[in-house]
Amino acid sequence: MLARLASPRTGGMLALAAVIALLPLVLSNKYFYDIAVLVGLNAIVCIGLNLLIGYAGQISLGHAGFFGLGAYGSAILASRYGWPPLAAMLATTFAVAALAFVVGRPILRLKGHYLAMATLGLGVIIFMVITTEDKFTGGPDGIAVVPFRIGGFVVQGERIWYWVVGALLLVAVWLALNLIESPAGRALRALHSSEIGAEVVGINAANHKVMVFVISAVFASVAGSLAAHYSGFVTPGKVTFLHSIELVTMVVFGGMASTFGAVVGAAVLTTLPQLLAVFEDYEMMVFGAVMMGTMIFLPRGVVPSLARLLQTRRQRASADGEEEGA
Amino acid sequence: MSAQFMQYLLTGLTVGAIYALVALGFSIIFNASHVINFAQGEFVMIGGMATVSLTGSGLPYMLAIPLAIVAAALVGLALEKFAVEPARGASVVTLIIITIGASIFLRGLAMVVWDKRLHALKPFTGDTPIAIAGAAILPQSLWVLGVTLAIVLALSWFFGRTLLGKAMLATSHNRLAAQLVGINVRMVLFLSFGLSAALGAVAGILIAPITLTSYDVGVMLGLKGFAAAILGGLGSGIGAVIGGLALGIAETMSAGYLSSAYKDAIAFVIILAVLFFMPSGLFGKRGGERV
Repeated sequence: MLARLASPRTGGMLALAAVIALLPLVLSNKYFYDIAVLVGLNAIVCIGLNLLIGYAGQISLGHAGFFGLGAYGSAILASRYGWPPLAAMLATTFAVAALAFVVGRPILRLKGHYLAMATLGLGVIIFMVITTEDKFTGGPDGIAVVPFRIGGFVVQGERIWYWVVGALLLVAVWLALNLIESPAGRALRALHSSEIGAEVVGINAANHKVMVFVISAVFASVAGSLAAHYSGFVTPGKVTFLHSIELVTMVVFGGMASTFGAVVGAAVLTTLPQLLAVFEDYEMMVFGAVMMGTMIFLPRGVVPSLARLLQTRRQRASADGEEEGA
Repeated sequence: MSAQFMQYLLTGLTVGAIYALVALGFSIIFNASHVINFAQGEFVMIGGMATVSLTGSGLPYMLAIPLAIVAAALVGLALEKFAVEPARGASVVTLIIITIGASIFLRGLAMVVWDKRLHALKPFTGDTPIAIAGAAILPQSLWVLGVTLAIVLALSWFFGRTLLGKAMLATSHNRLAAQLVGINVRMVLFLSFGLSAALGAVAGILIAPITLTSYDVGVMLGLKGFAAAILGGLGSGIGAVIGGLALGIAETMSAGYLSSAYKDAIAFVIILAVLFFMPSGLFGKRGGERV
């Protein structure tokens, strides 16, 4: 029982649920709730992106594109054409999944820097379509989005959104953890270490890579749809190359191949710009320096580095204990 | 050949020459270290902006340009020493994030040191267009093409005839073997950043009189230079030049004949199309993965 609780799956989920449940005790005003909601939405994107980067060993420098497609799809269908928000979100998600499926196969044949270039290009193209097709998207000015409603219930206000996003975050973590432990997840990790090796033991590497690419795009798209309804407005600012980079940095900062690391990375890097606002003109410099510094000194990311530290300490403690016993 | 076509071709060659210089910078660093330096575009910005501020303080071009190139090269060397060298052996993603962090840092620094406005440099030799086959070309475009050609020739001499150039080439082929024959591979890596930064700065200075410069010109130029390097095949010098020129011409042609709103997107559409059919670019090494 105790061993089960201490496992990252059950224990981690419980710990995260506890944090989400207890956090409102210290969130003293709307502004803090707002940041918490943004952290949750980014965390959902990062959990999906981490499946792609951390577990399958691929890279995407264009995920802000999928986030943006989700946001604009929901915004256009719900606000311009009056679709019910839930239907708009589901239709957008399917469309994004279909797009990711179609472009996934040729893109994921590429490796390393070529893959980085292709995903970057995809993201830039999506950004340019969104800023240019201003008849639908409002161009650089963006468009207003109606509130999210299901039947007669309107999801509005930071506090209600907090619980909605918190619940969805737990669902996202649960899905990711289950996927990783499933045969498909083991196949992903196998092709991370060696694609040819994985194929030799009968894993269809191409299919698995496309699958995880589609899943990560769906996570980003859903988070984008929710973000659009939550803030009531979308602009191309969240679809930029820089935002794609921020998302990748969150994943790597938290620690690759660690679902909870992705959540921690999203939390730290979403809050950081709020704190850096005190530097005013120097904000950009400090942000760049933090990015470089953490990658140089903690290349494995925060959560795996801490986990390793704890583990060596525990081993040392048990080794000491054995010596005393002998 | 219509005059309009000629006009697009000349404009495309000028822009393409700039992409080629940036792409060469990417390739030189990639060869020495297998790092893709996403801060390459910032060297272009530093070259242009430093020249603007040096000439603004009264220096003539003869002094301002070399000083700006040296300044960019020093920034490049510092980047290698303080950001890339300490992270040696890190994964591709980590190195990408480090260099992007560096580019954000440099952009922030430029915003503080200089300003956020657009600046124009005076053309080197007047701005009376010259007529060629019914098309008009700016004297500055001739400067761009001429200097790019001179640099390409100088680089091929450097890599083919000098000891240092050969050492850099040897390191790119096989790092360990280069080390065994006594090449200081760390020095090669260090110098490659300085050389790339200088190339980027030259590109930034050459193009500033035509397209204006500001603290954030490096983003798009950097991405397009990267696209050009990938198009030609990473690490190939000829590939970088041809990739840059091809990208510049294709971009201008499609902006002229198809849609100018999507001018910036075209480079990325081309690169995706090429990568779908030729996953190693036009001149890249077609190596298999080893288990």
